[in-house]
Amino acid sequence: MLTSTYQRGTSLLHRSGAGAKLLGLLVFSTVLVAWQSPVKVLVGFVLVAGLYGLGGFGVRTLVGQVWPLRWFVLFLLPFQWWTAGWQAAVTVVGTLVVAVVAAALVSLTTRVTDLLDVIARLLEPARAIGVDPERVALLLALTIRAVPVIAATLQEARDARRARGLERSTSALVTPIVVRTIRHADRVGEALAARGVDD
Amino acid sequence: MDRLIRIEGVSHRYGDREVLSDLDLSLAQDRIGIIGANGSGKSTLARLLNGLVVPSTGRVLVDGMDTSRDGAGVRRKVAFVFSDPDAQIVMPTVAEDVAFSLRRHGLGKQEVADRVRDVLARFGLGGHADHPAHLLSSGQKQLLALASVLVTEPEVLVCDEPTTLLDLRNSRQVAGLLEGLAQRVVLVTHDLELLRGWQRVLVIDEGRVVADGPPEQSIGYYEELMGAGRPC
Repeated sequence: MLTSTYQRGTSLLHRSGAGAKLLGLLVFSTVLVAWQSPVKVLVGFVLVAGLYGLGGFGVRTLVGQVWPLRWFVLFLLPFQWWTAGWQAAVTVVGTLVVAVVAAALVSLTTRVTDLLDVIARLLEPARAIGVDPERVALLLALTIRAVPVIAATLQEARDARRARGLERSTSALVTPIVVRTIRHADRVGEALAARGVDD
Repeated sequence: MDRLIRIEGVSHRYGDREVLSDLDLSLAQDRIGIIGANGSGKSTLARLLNGLVVPSTGRVLVDGMDTSRDGAGVRRKVAFVFSDPDAQIVMPTVAEDVAFSLRRHGLGKQEVADRVRDVLARFGLGGHADHPAHLLSSGQKQLLALASVLVTEPEVLVCDEPTTLLDLRNSRQVAGLLEGLAQRVVLVTHDLELLRGWQRVLVIDEGRVVADGPPEQSIGYYEELMGAGRPC
């Protein structure tokens, strides 16, 4: 959920507080998991689809959130059907898909910084045991930010390996990724210091 | 206000290797370039200016503040931009990264939003405010890196090879932007064209300042130095 998929908008969902949306997601997901039936999955999906409409998102955006789960669904659905029957298959897979789509809606309507602020506020009591909530929030932000950087590194390492005719070499892939990731972390640390994060 | 940066008797070592030797400099001009071969010590010199590197001996003073004693105060005055913006952009979206710089400035939400909007508009990124930063072009990323440090309104901007990863168009855009800044700019670069028209250019070689003067003079010296066939 914590990826940078936020899409600017003025809908009620966009204007709602991040804390309220996270709480709503928590309640919705809990009910979804607790109330096990295919009907519930359908009701949940209709509800979430309606919220996508309320947020100003079309079918394309909704499908875009489900699409990355296609391989997971294609594997899990027949497996569940085979081991536990069609009702269990629809319930288990449907619950996961609806929960992910609901979480994606929060991500689509909420800036990451707002989510991180909520996390920082929730962690405030942990300050008593030495946890710095701001630092945890920053850590999460850096983790999110690192995903596309490491993905690009992986792609470049793959290309470099192919260019050298070493398609089957694991070390030709892993070594540059490890080295470049460490170097990137080093540079990020330096950049954070330059921006006064530790001051 | 004393806007002078003073480097007094500075040497710096990484382990056994001395990268800067006995530097004594006063940096008072608004546009200062630093050039030199790879490994000459120019990036270390740049890092001294906002306290990212504390000298092994000697001291660096910014407005009278010693970088080794008041690094936080120095960094509020001296911003730093690196060659790789991907390492400098911390937050997932464009506006969030700019706002991140203002987190500890005690500003209200509306003021932060206003300043973010203004600086993004100034850097031509207004239409990208909510876009994921990793989807920007290299030039836009470097502009974002600049916007993110300049939103805090520092007095000095130090740039370590900010155009190295950019194509000619983006490089010129960043150069034009640097020229138009109200801040004092200290620019480390291999792109000698960027420094035409600047006030002062230092040439660093093996940790020492070997030329210090107007661009034509210093660049001429540097080209002669590099043309001598010495290994870089």
